[in-house]
Amino acid sequence: MSSTFLGMPGDFPKNAEKAVQNSQLRYNLRKATHTIRGKRASVVGELPDWQELRAAGKAIKDHTLRNLDRYLVQLEESVTRAGGTVHWARDAAEANRIVAGLVKATGETEVVKVKSMATQEIELNQALAAEGITAYETDLAELIVQLGDDFPSHILVPAIHRNRSEIREIFLDKMPKVPDNLTDDPPALAEAARLHLRERFLKSKVAISGANFMVAETGTLVVLESEGNGRMCLTLPRTLISVVGIEKLLPTWRDLEVFLQLLPRSSTGERMNPYTSMWTGAVEGQEFHLVLLDNGRTDVLADEVGRQALRCIRCSACLNVCPVYERAGGHAYGSVYPGPIGAILTPQLRGMGSELDASLPYASSLCGACYEACPVAIDIPEVLVDLRAKAPHSAAERAGMKVAGWILNDHERLARAQRAATKLRKLVPKRLPGPLSAWTDTRDVPEIPEESFRDWWERNERA
Amino acid sequence: MRVALFITCVNDTLFPGTGKAVVSLLRRLGCEVDFPAAQTCCGQMHVNTGYRAEGVRLARHFTEVFAGYEAVVAPSGSCAAMVREQYPKLAKPGSKGAAAIAEVVPRVYELSEFLIDVLKVEDVGAYFPHRVTYHPTCHSLRGLHLGDRPTRLLQHVRGLELVPLPGAEECCGFGGTFAVKNPAVSAAMGADKTRNILDTGAEVLCAADNSCLMHIGGTLSRQKTGVRTMHLAEILASTEEAQ
Ligand code: SF4
Repeated sequence: MSSTFLGMPGDFPKNAEKAVQNSQLRYNLRKATHTIRGKRASVVGELPDWQELRAAGKAIKDHTLRNLDRYLVQLEESVTRAGGTVHWARDAAEANRIVAGLVKATGETEVVKVKSMATQEIELNQALAAEGITAYETDLAELIVQLGDDFPSHILVPAIHRNRSEIREIFLDKMPKVPDNLTDDPPALAEAARLHLRERFLKSKVAISGANFMVAETGTLVVLESEGNGRMCLTLPRTLISVVGIEKLLPTWRDLEVFLQLLPRSSTGERMNPYTSMWTGAVEGQEFHLVLLDNGRTDVLADEVGRQALRCIRCSACLNVCPVYERAGGHAYGSVYPGPIGAILTPQLRGMGSELDASLPYASSLCGACYEACPVAIDIPEVLVDLRAKAPHSAAERAGMKVAGWILNDHERLARAQRAATKLRKLVPKRLPGPLSAWTDTRDVPEIPEESFRDWWERNERA
Repeated sequence: MRVALFITCVNDTLFPGTGKAVVSLLRRLGCEVDFPAAQTCCGQMHVNTGYRAEGVRLARHFTEVFAGYEAVVAPSGSCAAMVREQYPKLAKPGSKGAAAIAEVVPRVYELSEFLIDVLKVEDVGAYFPHRVTYHPTCHSLRGLHLGDRPTRLLQHVRGLELVPLPGAEECCGFGGTFAVKNPAVSAAMGADKTRNILDTGAEVLCAADNSCLMHIGGTLSRQKTGVRTMHLAEILASTEEAQ
């Protein structure tokens, strides 16, 4: 797998245009997002105190972020007390170096992985490969992505862009010992994956995970998953290495009560999560390492508006309700964090130096569906608008906006501009030139009226 | 009651018919309507496209023009949401600008809010014998939380058959400059919206925001569907005599 999203080198609008033209992809995405959307809406709707839960989730996260320094030190103490070792990583390179070093120290060259966004973010698999270590993804969807030499396109369902017949082909092509008569029946596909993975679980001595939550008070890490494959990785191997973003912290065990309700309902649309694994330090005969990852997060924390993105619990509800994500697909965002959360997180973590990253804050119609769905009430439109003010703008756009601002700042100038437009009303072509052709490619332009409202009022009403 | 009409720059320039409808509707309901001539634009396009300085200037202008009015009514959910939701975030807390915003914001209403919450009418005495479907628009729905106010008004219009719009809460794909910055996604969203509209068999698509209607209407007209778009105010202003 290459280390960057080479398949999608352009800016968001260009990537999205390609995706929109792929009717199979649009069908897959529409079907999948609408199904999860419906499930989420019904299990959220049945809780009368959902808004209170949501407010509690937001408050706990805000409190934690405000006191992050203190809680991180507390976590380190708790984990160490329980027999684990804590490592601090400033950026992706440092985290990868630490993990590769830990794996090498075990003498192993293969590791199994629990689905994790943080390790995707730092491109750990590629870094390990460069050190001669092979990482095997064990989450079914991650496995599909890895075998297909592909990129994840959704936080929860990384292979959402694939349908089952495509998955069958990937398995036949890339999975050793898969039966030739494999059908695209979901149970058959799951069985093939199970056989493939069981062998790995039993053989592997080292596992790598992320975590959904870390409890400062007890030093406990928590992973929520649906397949049980994560639990295999978390329990069987001798050495467990967890790479976790520093914002995944919760102060106390009791705080989990709120998040274990918010997350499954927002994420998979289930009342309760099927496999919730928790571990504190290491038991005898096993080793546990926690790598705490910054990688831009403290910079996000310094931004008064943008810092709310650190409340994110990666439930992907915002993706599933987003009309833009539904049509553009996850790859268009060029990052492991697609959809609305990606549009605010990626430019903050990576900056807006590239054309792609600078276009992400504009990858939204500001419809607000994400904010409404977000279980920790991240006002994504607010952050998007704030990032737009910081994004680089083209000289032509700046000039146009300046002129528009100048006209709109004075009602007499506006009236003169309106009268000029009225004079030209018959000359407006059906297809507009330049950037405005983007409008007329698919839409007619409204007719310019004979008289603006203000001129009508002046003529008829002004006493 | 004396009401200041905030027409919005889009309506002023492109949809004067909506403004005239608001004037005749409010007068019919016994309001005195004033049009402060110095008004221009709420600044939404500038702020939402990343030009905060220009937007702040326009916001300041707005607060000066509309200071002191008992009620300011805008026939646009999106511009009303801009003033109510975004203005308070534009000024430094404790500044003069913040005070001016705090003074004007609570008195700015979207049309259906003003009719139902302030004038307390649901039946405005309108007559419109057509099959109509209603698109709630994002900023009215999720910004101002208008809920069923607009459809309650439409349900009382004599002769009007209101048909529900499938996927009504989904964005139409306009999104201001989004429509030209991300034309492919915007058009795909617009196409899905128009398909849902056509499925209702309605003759008229109604909304409380002409900018969304300009995008959906432009798509409907390009596809030669024959479905008309009308602002809520224009339907509510229609009477038997006028037909
Ligand atoms: S931003 Fe909110 S809705 Fe989106 S993934 Fe994060 S927590 Fe979930």
